Amino acid sequence: MKVYLDNSATTAMAPEVIEAMLPYFSEEMGNAQSVHSFGQRAKSAIEKARRQVAALINASPTEVVFVSGGTEADNLAIRGIADAHRDRGHHIITTRIEHPAVLRTCEALEANGFRVTYLPVSRGGLIDPEALRRAITGETILISVMLANNETGTIQPVEEITRVVSEARASGLAHLHFHTDAVQAVAKIPIDVKTLGIDLLSLSAHKFHGPKGIGALYVRKGTRIAKLLHGGHHERDRRAGTENVPAIVGFGKAAEMAGAELDARMARMRELRDYLERQVNSLVSNVAVNGVPDRRVPNISNMSFGGVDGESLLIALDLKGIAVSTGSACASGSLEPSHVLQAMGLAREEVRGSLRFSLSAYTTQEEIDYALSNLVETLTRLRAMAPADELETAQSI
Amino acid sequence: MYSPKVAEHIANPRNAGELDQPSGVGDVTNEVCLDRIRLTVHIEGEKLVDAKVKASGCPPTIAAASVLTELIIGRSIQQVHLLNRKDVIDALGHLPPAKSHCAVLAIDALRAAIGDKRS
Repeated sequence: MKVYLDNSATTAMAPEVIEAMLPYFSEEMGNAQSVHSFGQRAKSAIEKARRQVAALINASPTEVVFVSGGTEADNLAIRGIADAHRDRGHHIITTRIEHPAVLRTCEALEANGFRVTYLPVSRGGLIDPEALRRAITGETILISVMLANNETGTIQPVEEITRVVSEARASGLAHLHFHTDAVQAVAKIPIDVKTLGIDLLSLSAHKFHGPKGIGALYVRKGTRIAKLLHGGHHERDRRAGTENVPAIVGFGKAAEMAGAELDARMARMRELRDYLERQVNSLVSNVAVNGVPDRRVPNISNMSFGGVDGESLLIALDLKGIAVSTGSACASGSLEPSHVLQAMGLAREEVRGSLRFSLSAYTTQEEIDYALSNLVETLTRLRAMAPADELETAQSI
Repeated sequence: MYSPKVAEHIANPRNAGELDQPSGVGDVTNEVCLDRIRLTVHIEGEKLVDAKVKASGCPPTIAAASVLTELIIGRSIQQVHLLNRKDVIDALGHLPPAKSHCAVLAIDALRAAIGDKRS
């Protein structure tokens, strides 16, 4: 049996999405910039997808800029604001638990004369809105705080952040912008950019059964951003390059399905995720759930298992056909353990024994049960392999 | 990222456990990553007749500990002395360069266990 529980990394495309895309690889191959009917049909397909994506986050279609994915969306938001508003200030505020697409972009700007404040997080992974308020200066032009964390699923207090931003604007900081990386939140929780008061929001199709290589940046009407790519006047002159029509069409379809099924998907994923955690807690000793349990997207569970290395668990589960991920060192070829779990103040032992299970809209009870029984078996075997006194120190988790 | 051999040793560790009355014990920890190998050996005359191992840590450490027992059981002490990091890596098929320290840890445990016997 193959059980894929790494849906925060990527998801399988929905069959309906594939079907919607197929004509745009062959007979509907037009370039949306062309004047002839092939081009115009491609253009109309893109505009339909733009409406579908906009509807998912309650944006206006003209506020949606198609890009190559979450990383480009984050780069465009941060660099785009920094470049367009650098005459107003050189200060950016973000957090220590952002995705590398945000952190590395901020670091690149630091090398270019910007000052960046990296806000710490609580044990559960939340920033303190008061700390954010204190970090804002007259020089601050951008605040970038992710909506849901990719490792723990913890949802940041966005409404409170928005309040802090509005108050700062009211006190004269007209050029302060708020960006959120919502790659892990879109299609997992309801998102309304209008009520949230966000200026820029990143999203990516392949996290919710759409194709890879396509994403979008929501740019609130009236927000001035500089472009990353220069060339033609595509995307209302905000992103040059021939549109990836099949991917955009698939993105639109995935967004439409996610919007229509959101409540059902959320309920289903939450039920299975909570079942997984309840069973793990009752069947296994020395385990802790990371993040704030009741403030998470419904599809992510991050747990620390005492006395084992997450990567060894991962490899052993992989042999049983079960795919998960870990915040342990050496994961994904990197020797650095999870910066997110470290920022949350987890002990080295807890980071080392961490595993992330991430469900999709299509995950079944049978799959969770298969993963559970193999997890228990694997964990028991690996713990039995560990030197006896090692497990005593692991009791602390 | 890891060879099938590494994964196979994770699935089926060889000679896992601890000997009751070992002639030597090698218990070593990598202080950087906290990976640990505890090797117990039984030596009769000039021959290493039995070994058991416990290990905790990343996959290559567990696999290196496991494969080490296959390399030493039934061998003469003289042969065992000649083993090095490369023998462990070769027996596992391959290790990512950044992970060769796991094979070093296994050899350290071996040296400590047979050194312990001699002292």
